[in-house]
Amino acid sequence: MTDGPPTVLAAELIRWSWIGNHLDDIRDDLLQHLQLTGLAVLFGMLLAFPLALAAVRWPRLYAPILGLTGVLFTIPSLALFILLIPFTGLKIWTALIGLTIYTLLILVRNMVEGLRGVDQDVREAAQAMGYTPARQLFRVELPLALPVIMAGVRIATVTTIGLVTVTALIGWGGLGRLFLDGFTLDFPTPLIVGVVLSALLAFAADLLLVGVQWGLTPWARGRGS
Amino acid sequence: MRRIRLGGAAAAVCLALLVAACGGGDDALQGGTQPSDKSSVIVGSTNFPEQLILAQMYAAVLEKAGVDVTTRLNLGNREVVFPALEKGEIQLLPEYNGSVLSFLDPKATATTSDEVNTALAPLLQAKNLVALQQSPAEDKDGWAVTKETAAKYNLSTLDDLKPVAGQLVVGGPPELKTRPAGLPGLKNVYGIPDFKEFKALDAGGPLTVSALKKGDIDVGRVFTTQGVIAAEGWVLLEETKPLEPAQNVVPIGRTDAMTDQVKNALNALSAKITTEELTKLNAQVDVDKKDPEQVARDWLTQQGLI
Amino acid sequence: MDVLGNLISWLTAPEQWSGPSGIPVRTLQHIWYSLLAVAMAVAVALPIGVVFGHIGRGGLLVINVSNLGRALPSLGIIILVFTLVGFGVVPVLVALTALAIPPIVTNSYVGMRSVDRDVREAAEGMGMTGRQVLWKVELPVAMPLIMAGIRTSSVQVVATATLAALVGLGGLGRYLIDGFAQRDLPQVLGGAVLVAVLSLLTELVLGRVQTLVVSKGLAERSAAAAVGAKVQKAA
Repeated sequence: MTDGPPTVLAAELIRWSWIGNHLDDIRDDLLQHLQLTGLAVLFGMLLAFPLALAAVRWPRLYAPILGLTGVLFTIPSLALFILLIPFTGLKIWTALIGLTIYTLLILVRNMVEGLRGVDQDVREAAQAMGYTPARQLFRVELPLALPVIMAGVRIATVTTIGLVTVTALIGWGGLGRLFLDGFTLDFPTPLIVGVVLSALLAFAADLLLVGVQWGLTPWARGRGS
Repeated sequence: MRRIRLGGAAAAVCLALLVAACGGGDDALQGGTQPSDKSSVIVGSTNFPEQLILAQMYAAVLEKAGVDVTTRLNLGNREVVFPALEKGEIQLLPEYNGSVLSFLDPKATATTSDEVNTALAPLLQAKNLVALQQSPAEDKDGWAVTKETAAKYNLSTLDDLKPVAGQLVVGGPPELKTRPAGLPGLKNVYGIPDFKEFKALDAGGPLTVSALKKGDIDVGRVFTTQGVIAAEGWVLLEETKPLEPAQNVVPIGRTDAMTDQVKNALNALSAKITTEELTKLNAQVDVDKKDPEQVARDWLTQQGLI
Repeated sequence: MDVLGNLISWLTAPEQWSGPSGIPVRTLQHIWYSLLAVAMAVAVALPIGVVFGHIGRGGLLVINVSNLGRALPSLGIIILVFTLVGFGVVPVLVALTALAIPPIVTNSYVGMRSVDRDVREAAEGMGMTGRQVLWKVELPVAMPLIMAGIRTSSVQVVATATLAALVGLGGLGRYLIDGFAQRDLPQVLGGAVLVAVLSLLTELVLGRVQTLVVSKGLAERSAAAAVGAKVQKAA
């Protein structure tokens, strides 16, 4: 086996002309990334909500739901996507179903924790004031659970942004397509662009969600939490 | 509370935007041709540079012919991409007639281009696919060793591997282990025993190239049109007995998408692709690190095709 | 179910358990990559989190840089480093270590900051130097959170070490990548199950280590606090 220091390729690290020529592709990849992330988090929230409500309403369901989500989370994402291919081929659903399952796992836990964290006193006060269960949920419990739920949405969103790149291996990928381009062509520029953009995207999404949380919970601002 | 109502409105707007993006954005969501008088084609490719060059060439000549083209390139290996073609998720794929034949019928015995094409046609038709005219260009699977390895073990043909295989590490794409022209072929046709180790890397891509350069593998699967072979001075082991049939480059497409407009454009292109030209183009991408789309278009302009 | 049957026959087939492509070898490779990465991450992240936590400054910087690290896509990093240095174990280690650092930094910092001001002042009052306070008071109190951070990192690293297979290395990810390429779904499923089991085992083993490492007094105190909170709520 030949030994020696690692070799750096002759190709320059960033070929600006490549970026200039591929702005359209980069834009399309970014849009695809946003689309996949947004839809996955949205579907995740829509599915997690009833599950979380059930776990809170019927505490016996809590442990099994938590256990199941915990175990499912250990399945490597790549495996989940690959195993969906025989059913949904290389269509967008393969990526979306996989991504949604992962956001679901994170969101259910946080929604349940958030709702359970609401003080019993507050619940009783609301009932005493004559709130129906639905009104109680939407006007009292959810707003109070919001910080914990939003923490979950933040984690789910940042995690999904990373996972979307993995879907490049099954024909999608958003900015992850740039990783494959760089890999196939043995050329660092698309890789660097892809890594920087997806990191920035995750960072920006996190900041945006912090802002949303801040906007939705005016009562928490004073405490500086 | 006003704030929650505002939140609700914002959520509704977001939902609407997302659904709009979902519906309008991706043509690939719709599996077939659109009901308009303009032909449209989704061009796919597998995952090595030559495929990217060929697919970009197809896309460029089709665009010139007034066809609406979408590309979904670098999707994976044939095992993943061909089913996508069968399902209509892509409609056109640059292929190699011999390889597709073995893929669809591992027991096929055809060897010459004509025999292969004849055997292939009914198999494709059964899947609503059709092969257009082939190119003179052939890209065959090869086995490469470094100059040093060739000298050390006295290797110039594949037969020379027989006595020393147990001491050598072979590398190639994961499917090398199962494809008839891969390791099974070496065993069945040449009687070469198991190698010391098989490392699953990629199809003549950067993993295989790097591993062969660094000595992490001794024998690497490459493609005969790759520019890196000459650039590195590697030895392509000679095939004294054919491991695989003819491998002409041929566009394979869904029958309903292959309109006359599409066929004429692609056939004109295919006639001009020779092995020498293809090897030169590959070298520009592999070795000079030029962009496949650029390389494809420049060549097409030179040839007067666009 | 047919699928379950195929999976079980794949898992129990003798070829799977011997040779360089067998489950034992690949599991060891997988553990090796993960162990190296977590060890390197601890070596880098723990001192940073502890020192900043001890000083009490720069917390915002530490946590934000750490969050930025969380945003880095492992797939991209591993391929990028491969493109720069070529075939070998370096790309995997860089990507996995980068993944492991943020939770350890954050948790170490927060753990150190969680030491009660009174406790710190009492220690100083007893005549302890800053360094003694760090080692004898702050670190032990921060241990639960530090261990939790290492645990989270380790489980993430074990799950992500499947990426090593993408750059031609070994580990349990090979079953995913090769199974995919060879259209051998029982192999993919087998690999998924093995990785999931390994992740769970990692979580359990490190949980055990955590109970051993955290001082009994602290463990009892936090358990009592949890019970106390429940009692309060019920009342």
